[in-house]
Amino acid sequence: MEELFAKPEIRKPENIVYKKTNLMIDRPLSYCPGCGHGTTHRMLMEVIEEMGIQENTIGVSPVGCSVLAYDFLDIDMLGAAHGRAPALASAIKRLWPNRFVFTYQGDGDLAAIGTAETIHACNRGENITIIFINNGIYGMTGGQMAPTTLEGMRTATSPYGRDIATMGYPLKITELIAHLPGVNYVTRQAVHTPNHVRKTKKAIRKAFEIQKEKKGLSFIEVVSNCNSGWKLTPVQANKWMEENMFPFYPLGDMKIDGKLV
Amino acid sequence: MTEEIIIAGFGGQGVLSMGKILAYSGVMQNKEVSWMPSYGPEMRGGTANVTVIISDERISSPILNSFDTAIILNQQSMDKFEKSVKPGGLLIYDPNGITRHPNRKDINIYSIEAADEAGRLGLSKVFNMIVLGGFLKLKPLVSPEYLHKGLEKSLPERHHKLIPENEKAVEIGMKLLKAVQVI
Amino acid sequence: MGELKLMKGNEAIAEAAIRAGCDGYFGYPITPQSEVMEYLMAQKPFERTGMVVLQAESEVASINMVYGGAGTGKKVMTSSSSPGISLMQEGISYMAGAELPALIVNAVRGGPGLGTIQPSQADYFQAVKGGGHGDYKLIVLAPASVQEMCDHVKLGFDLAFKYRTPVMILSDGAIGQMMEKVVFFDQIPRRTDEELMKECPWAAVGKPKNREHIRITSLDLDPAGQERVNLKLQAKYKTIEENEILYEEIQCKDAEYLFVAFGLSARICQKATDLARAKGIKVGLFRPITLFPFPIQQIAATGNRMKGVLVVEMNAGQMIEDVKLSMGSKVKIEHFGRFGGIIPSPDEVVNALEQKIIGG
Repeated sequence: MEELFAKPEIRKPENIVYKKTNLMIDRPLSYCPGCGHGTTHRMLMEVIEEMGIQENTIGVSPVGCSVLAYDFLDIDMLGAAHGRAPALASAIKRLWPNRFVFTYQGDGDLAAIGTAETIHACNRGENITIIFINNGIYGMTGGQMAPTTLEGMRTATSPYGRDIATMGYPLKITELIAHLPGVNYVTRQAVHTPNHVRKTKKAIRKAFEIQKEKKGLSFIEVVSNCNSGWKLTPVQANKWMEENMFPFYPLGDMKIDGKLV
Repeated sequence: MTEEIIIAGFGGQGVLSMGKILAYSGVMQNKEVSWMPSYGPEMRGGTANVTVIISDERISSPILNSFDTAIILNQQSMDKFEKSVKPGGLLIYDPNGITRHPNRKDINIYSIEAADEAGRLGLSKVFNMIVLGGFLKLKPLVSPEYLHKGLEKSLPERHHKLIPENEKAVEIGMKLLKAVQVI
Repeated sequence: MGELKLMKGNEAIAEAAIRAGCDGYFGYPITPQSEVMEYLMAQKPFERTGMVVLQAESEVASINMVYGGAGTGKKVMTSSSSPGISLMQEGISYMAGAELPALIVNAVRGGPGLGTIQPSQADYFQAVKGGGHGDYKLIVLAPASVQEMCDHVKLGFDLAFKYRTPVMILSDGAIGQMMEKVVFFDQIPRRTDEELMKECPWAAVGKPKNREHIRITSLDLDPAGQERVNLKLQAKYKTIEENEILYEEIQCKDAEYLFVAFGLSARICQKATDLARAKGIKVGLFRPITLFPFPIQQIAATGNRMKGVLVVEMNAGQMIEDVKLSMGSKVKIEHFGRFGGIIPSPDEVVNALEQKIIGG
């Protein structure tokens, strides 16, 4: 750091090769180092900046680790009750059809307590964008089992591993949603390598374009790590994610332009 | 003037709509009115009743346990409401399907064979208006002119062509009414 | 004078909502108030005024749709009946915490649990004491006629926006189902986006370059911050108590005894007042119209002139607690109630007055 400040010319505009988008507020993120939330936030805000729609965007944040998303994103936002973001977004979009409306939700929020709101907003084909961060665990409350927790995975409430017989199966809610006719675009992405980050950003851009064209709902799952909840280092967590999460939650597009891939 | 009326019978006999037409006619004649139905599972195939109050003054309780007039169209309603007529009050009933006729001595009782007459004339849809005619003969709370306006207001526009038939039924009812006991 | 109609209470709510310039209704069917959404759907309010009407998948979704709309400054509402209102408590608490204006109509039915679909006033505590979690209050309006169902929609929206708080109309199955004359106010145009932004600078409508971004939330993890939020709410409730009390006194001037009743019970007591006076009993009726703010001083002033007070409710004794807190212990105060969907008759009320107050 000292070296950096010793060479102020590095920070001259003509020398800057990379900086965060202006739509990310200058405030330290509350996320753990290595977590995928920060990267996903940035991709979302880059898309909003590039499309020039800051003034026309209303976001809805969930309950979970990203409950404070509205502290980092420089757009107007509403904090929903746990699981209810799609209900808020449905109403907002209908009342403000010329605004871009998105929800940003975790797996507990979207696929457990908010399953009804999620399925029905999707089934009504609300012209909104849902961004779904799936890390297979409840991060905020301290690493309890989520609907998407993998079989055998240890969490605070499945300390001996998720037992299918007593705890049920991990829920592939994105696959479920892809089959609903009101949904236009469904994809599953990740943000742990530059290549994946680029693809996620492209997916978010596509989703907002779909919303602009009033073609229906778009749903982007981002499979992410939770190194704190998984009790791994960030590097180990990404490796574990590739080896365990991706086989069960394979990346790629599931539905494009209303047609299953 | 305040007239407190209960109209009771089977669901499907037009009990609620008779009450509504009466109430709306009252509104057109600048009276205060209230129309309070029974609602819920009771309505579905079972008994239906409605309390209609027409008054020159602000109406207090829309829910009552005694009435100036009871218009009774089935046996269950007879069992339930004969005793609710105020002493000196009026009970009008259609004897069709009645197995136990009213036996109060302190009220006026009239019968109206509306179901039979409606069947004979092919007017079963306006059966309820025949009954209403009988009531209006004894208690002319609303004049024919305002009854017409009440029908216009309470029937959907696509049914306005049926208004003459309804008015005819009211006239028939006025003639059909028979005194059973006048105190 | 506006338009005169004969209409059910529930329909009057719906028609008044359209005329009040409501932007959105979100609801879920439940007896005895399904006519509200049925009427709205039949009226095609989107064609009449641009009002959005949406049947949600549950009461939980309905109230959160209302939360979403309210957070963007829109004039939004829902209606339901007791079990559905219980489901909505989470959302109502969030709206109170985030200081959002909204209108919620409860056509109360008998409980607890699935209870009955017949009318009741057993949700008084839930409505006036908060209902959901946290220290908050709703403004609670208790209409006693179809005309008031109409008027309270407009009043409810006005108060909701004046104080940025959810307002509840505490009706019941009977007032919802009965038809009476109602004179409607003329159509109030829905606000344009520009008017909305001027009236609601706090609303999340999209961030222009020249202002800070807006966060609609009830969350403040810092206890000191959360205490400030609570103090602000309490100050607001105090202002509401100082300014918005509504009540009605009927035949109280020469009265020796007093009925206190709200909503449908007040109508029954009005008849009971006439019946009792015909028997030579000088009784009057005090009807709180706002249940929060409760007419504390007004009830105390009138009630403490009496020989005895009978609180008549369609519940096991809820508002009587507020009457007792208002009046103190100088005068005898008793409760008469029927519950589970039974509506007391005026005669029963007179008997109760004679037995519990005059003879007791």
